[in-house]
Amino acid sequence: MSWRDDFPVFDRPENDRLVFLDSAASSQKPRSVIDAVSKYYEESNANVHRGVYGLAVKATEAYEGARAKVAGFVGAYDKNAVIFTRGTTESANLVAFSWGRQNVASGDVVVVTALEHHSNLVPWQILCEEKGATIRMVEINEDGSLDLQDFAKALSLNPRLVAVSHISNAIGTVNPIKRLVAMARDVGATTFVDGAQAAPHVQIDVSALQADFYAFSGHKMLAPMGIGVLVARPEILDAMPPFHGGGEMIKVVGDTSSTFAPIPSKFEAGTPNVGGAVGLAAAIDYLEGCGMEAVLKHEKELGRLAIQGLQGLGGVKIFGPESERAGVVSFWVDGVHPHDLATILDESGVAVRAGHHCAQPLMRRLGVSATARASFYVYNDEKDVDALIGGVRKAKEIFAITV
Amino acid sequence: MDTRELYQQVILDHNLSPKNFKRIEEPTRTAVGHNPLCGDEVTVSLIVENGVIEDVGFQGGGCAISQASASMMTASVKGKTVSEARALFEKFHAMVAEDGESEAMGRLAAFSGVREFPARVKCASLSWHTLKAALDERAEMVVTEE
Repeated sequence: MSWRDDFPVFDRPENDRLVFLDSAASSQKPRSVIDAVSKYYEESNANVHRGVYGLAVKATEAYEGARAKVAGFVGAYDKNAVIFTRGTTESANLVAFSWGRQNVASGDVVVVTALEHHSNLVPWQILCEEKGATIRMVEINEDGSLDLQDFAKALSLNPRLVAVSHISNAIGTVNPIKRLVAMARDVGATTFVDGAQAAPHVQIDVSALQADFYAFSGHKMLAPMGIGVLVARPEILDAMPPFHGGGEMIKVVGDTSSTFAPIPSKFEAGTPNVGGAVGLAAAIDYLEGCGMEAVLKHEKELGRLAIQGLQGLGGVKIFGPESERAGVVSFWVDGVHPHDLATILDESGVAVRAGHHCAQPLMRRLGVSATARASFYVYNDEKDVDALIGGVRKAKEIFAITV
Repeated sequence: MDTRELYQQVILDHNLSPKNFKRIEEPTRTAVGHNPLCGDEVTVSLIVENGVIEDVGFQGGGCAISQASASMMTASVKGKTVSEARALFEKFHAMVAEDGESEAMGRLAAFSGVREFPARVKCASLSWHTLKAALDERAEMVVTEE
């Protein structure tokens, strides 16, 4: 038995050749997650927190049980300081809208890095534009690692907020996140960590990290789409105004104004995605069963083999640092545009991502409009790496490129 | 469909040595097209005199499909009247995005296979949409939808 056998998508006859190398965009789901979601809808579905009947109590227990599971998995400060969102993007927007509106003023500086996914950049751009604040983007080194000197320089501006990714989605750079957060805290900045690419692959401990906010998505870590998390310091959440208004997040609603529920409800207006939360809890069970260390080791080894194989073909440029990288391999094949490459790979059943990976500032710095990206997860194996290398070789043949 | 049929020799040739890849000095019409999916951008500039496309050039980078398509688009509309070029746009669009005929399309028929690759239709049609915007004298950037 390999982990791959737990994923029904690979059992489909039409997918018998599927080599899925796009987990950095969204992961496949194991049987246990799919079953947990089905079971929830079959056995426990009702609206949460308001019914007195048995089924509603069951649904509430499932939802709050998922919250406790997430809190334990990532070392949250407090179970109630785990906010369910739609995903990392909504988590960032929640912070930008709620915390940002209250805490960022004209003339303030928000520090981001050139490695960021658009979801950890655009919300801060919108906030800064509204407030008359400034974005300071930290540069990268030639190898795609963060320029720590420039990071220190940016911190000398005394930013209100430092928003940084734990792992780059586009080129796999693993940032020295503990150090970055500590440096930011030393200058009194609030920290927001985009953990979308980290939570699926490495053991997270938010309270050891001391980040003020840590965000991630369920769908990249074997859970359903539409469920994500914002972990934060409870005292910061307590002081923040609500994000969305509506049901669930209120204490008393008057004719012209209202008082709000304590966290986490304050930030969970409307009916939540209970099925998604249940699926996320099942995904965490699955990952804990694998062991996060084993998951990371597996992906890093496949990434290493892929880089070795691609470099063996010649005429391939690999982006991102040599060490301190996750199982993400972003590359460029001389003479073959990434989109053409992805089409040709698809013919061999190899699914890679070609494009800017929602990281246009990074692409500009790498001097390309797009890259091809292969990203590995628990269900990939060495045969997948071989298929990737074979597909790239075929693309080079079609384009008649000899090195 | 085999990708070797998609990447026909004529497409590979135009990708390697595109026709009319140039800046037009003092164009009478120009437009910029953008494919938000991949970030590709193409500028199409024209010199139109008395309703005839006297010269046309394109600039920008992209995949082989988009480069070859831009190259062959310029070669196809050069010397044609504006209304002939518009008609050709409609035929090309129908061929790659709908189920239009590829017969009587000449060398442009090389792109008929793109239809089998829905994710790549925009690559083939970007320069044509940009041409149309230039002919329409639309100032805003064109964003491909199909």
